[in-house]
Amino acid sequence: MRSSSLVLAAALAAGLNSAAPASAALKVVATTEDLGSIAREVGGDRVTVDAIARGYQDPHFVEAKPSFILKLHAADLLIAVGRELEIGWLPPLITQSRNPKVQPGAAGYLDASLTMKILEIPTGQITRAMGDVHPQGNPHYWLEPGNGRRMAQAIQAKLSELSPGDASYFAGRYADFDRRLGEAEKRWDAMMAPYRGAKIVTYHRSWPNFVERFGLQVIGYVEPRPGIPPSPSHTLELIQEMKKQNVKVMLVEPYFDLKTPNAVARETGATVLVLAPSVGAEKEITDYFQLFDYDLTRLAAALKAAGGK
Amino acid sequence: MEVLVFHPFGAKSRGLLLAAALSIAAPALAQPPAAAAPQDPQAALQAQIEQLKQQLEALQQKVAALEAAGAQPPAAAVPATPPAGQPAGAPAAGVQVPAGAAGAGGPEGALPVYGNTSALSKIFNPDMAVIGNFIGAAGSNSVAPRPALQLDEAEMSFQAIVDPYARADFFLSASPEGLDVEEGFITFPTLPGGLLMKVGKLKAQFGKVNAMHSHVLPWVDEPLPMVNLLGGEEGLNDSGISVSKLILNPVMFLEATGEVYNGNNDLFKSYKRSDLAYVGRLRGYRDISESMNLDIGTSFAHGHNDAGPDDTTQVYGVDATLRYRPLQEALYKKAMLRTELFWSRREHPQGTVVDDTTGAVTPVGNVTAKAFGYYVSADYQLGRRWFAGGRYDWSERALEPDLHDRAGSLLLTYWPSEFSQIRGQFRHTSYAEGSTASEFLFQFLFSIGAHGAHPF
Repeated sequence: MRSSSLVLAAALAAGLNSAAPASAALKVVATTEDLGSIAREVGGDRVTVDAIARGYQDPHFVEAKPSFILKLHAADLLIAVGRELEIGWLPPLITQSRNPKVQPGAAGYLDASLTMKILEIPTGQITRAMGDVHPQGNPHYWLEPGNGRRMAQAIQAKLSELSPGDASYFAGRYADFDRRLGEAEKRWDAMMAPYRGAKIVTYHRSWPNFVERFGLQVIGYVEPRPGIPPSPSHTLELIQEMKKQNVKVMLVEPYFDLKTPNAVARETGATVLVLAPSVGAEKEITDYFQLFDYDLTRLAAALKAAGGK
Repeated sequence: MEVLVFHPFGAKSRGLLLAAALSIAAPALAQPPAAAAPQDPQAALQAQIEQLKQQLEALQQKVAALEAAGAQPPAAAVPATPPAGQPAGAPAAGVQVPAGAAGAGGPEGALPVYGNTSALSKIFNPDMAVIGNFIGAAGSNSVAPRPALQLDEAEMSFQAIVDPYARADFFLSASPEGLDVEEGFITFPTLPGGLLMKVGKLKAQFGKVNAMHSHVLPWVDEPLPMVNLLGGEEGLNDSGISVSKLILNPVMFLEATGEVYNGNNDLFKSYKRSDLAYVGRLRGYRDISESMNLDIGTSFAHGHNDAGPDDTTQVYGVDATLRYRPLQEALYKKAMLRTELFWSRREHPQGTVVDDTTGAVTPVGNVTAKAFGYYVSADYQLGRRWFAGGRYDWSERALEPDLHDRAGSLLLTYWPSEFSQIRGQFRHTSYAEGSTASEFLFQFLFSIGAHGAHPF
């Protein structure tokens, strides 16, 4: 009772303080912390944001816990990464949410991937012999500032549609985000400029947009195929290829076992770099900007230590 | 704004197109008699067709213009703030259509949450998958023997969104007994009052195992109490209506489910239309930490049984599941403890009276057979692909509660990938009659087609 009246008082105060006709804050649920962070950037105090998958968790394998049903039940807007990233767990949560607002096709359901630059869209026949392929393209698109800007635009448009009275507020927040992202991009590009063309290996295909943006070249993966755990023969091939091409840096997501990467590193003298694929992967990464600060600082240091290319 | 402009016009233009198409089709159909008619009406018709052609062209242009406007990503129309402060190096957002985005030649509009859009001809096909469940058995069992090698089941699933208000799921099971609809139901997820309704043939929400398909069980077989007290392999699976509701509270996830069934299944028998079966369930769930959670439930089922039209069976159940899965190591580490307890109350006649004159047999008296059973199981993930498990079953028999069976199992499962698994189960069973059975069961499970949801 007391907390609800406090909330009411806070809401009233917020309403009195702002010139715009403020309604109750929109409840946004994002499937990942990256989308959540950008929703916070754009939505400001007109939204409350909750994310489902943690940044240190493999977003393919989130469990459809009933506690998430409760989050979706109360949501005004659900923002999904899309491209089948969440296919193993989001559909049953949406069905059981009993919330008409967030059903696919409803106004409160936003598939953020629709306006993104998507890489690795398979052409021709695809089969599971290729591993756990995503028929609609690689869903790890958020690791690229250009797509970060597009996510912010998509969220701004959706929030303005759901809460038209706050549209100018969201537009202002977006403009500010856009400006700060532009400044950060200059910094990040400068940081990575000496390492354009550097060759690396990654564990999973989580980084295509990231490496394209920062001019890196992925020559191989620890996984023989997406979603298939490392095999001895593939690992040997990878070691040979890394030696041949003198690759000294391996990127690993925090949710993969380091045994194989470490073994490869011992053979090749490469550095195993556990980078953050998402906001929240480490405690200090609390927003979208810190995600790139964290990853690029470490990556640049590792590439520098490895001698450039 | 966009919505206001687009929707009504879309509807109207569709209507106009239809009208245009009809008015073109009508004279076309009427052509042969018109040709035989005098010159003047033909000329008039031609003029009319010309006029319609022009109208159609104008409409086509309009539609094309609208489509071009609508195809742009919504974000492009929005930026109220032109990217003035944008540095020269940054991509001009909202101007170029990025590869893979809407308008760049890929699939457009809302991508389905389910479904494969790789071929347009398939776009409305439901998600389809086939799961093979091959079971082999070695060792001896004189009470409930299994074939040595058998494709126990080929389950076909068809799942899709029906319309903005519902989705549908079909699971057809082809087994040595024949082809059967294992489940086939429509789900209404958007009903008012926070209700979720399913209508069709369903696995009843009684406890945990009853609602699961055989390929998601962590064992090759089903626990003994399922067989002895809940009707066997099919379990409580019937045509009916299921309604469930979330009971919102600050403490935990709480869900109440009420179900009505036709009343003819492995457990119940219906003698007349009003002999329906009822199932109720209350499920509570709470996260203990982000890695651990507790799932508890209590269930109830009531219906008429095959002893006679006046005899009923009630089954009560309690289940508890404790799960542990550290989020960061979720691919490699997982543990689950589960138990289900069942109490069966089955009425049957005490005896029969034979009428000396007519010879008619009438059941008399009514006694209730009370039987109890349970199982306890533990599952542990050893590594990315290896899982170990154990289970203990103890159950009286619903018909003869003085007799009880018990069994212990040890399991090892290997996952080549998310889509196939190989499992071995050693099971030792002591049957009430005094015989024992030591068996090795092995199973190959393999799935092709659409990627289904992971079970929780």
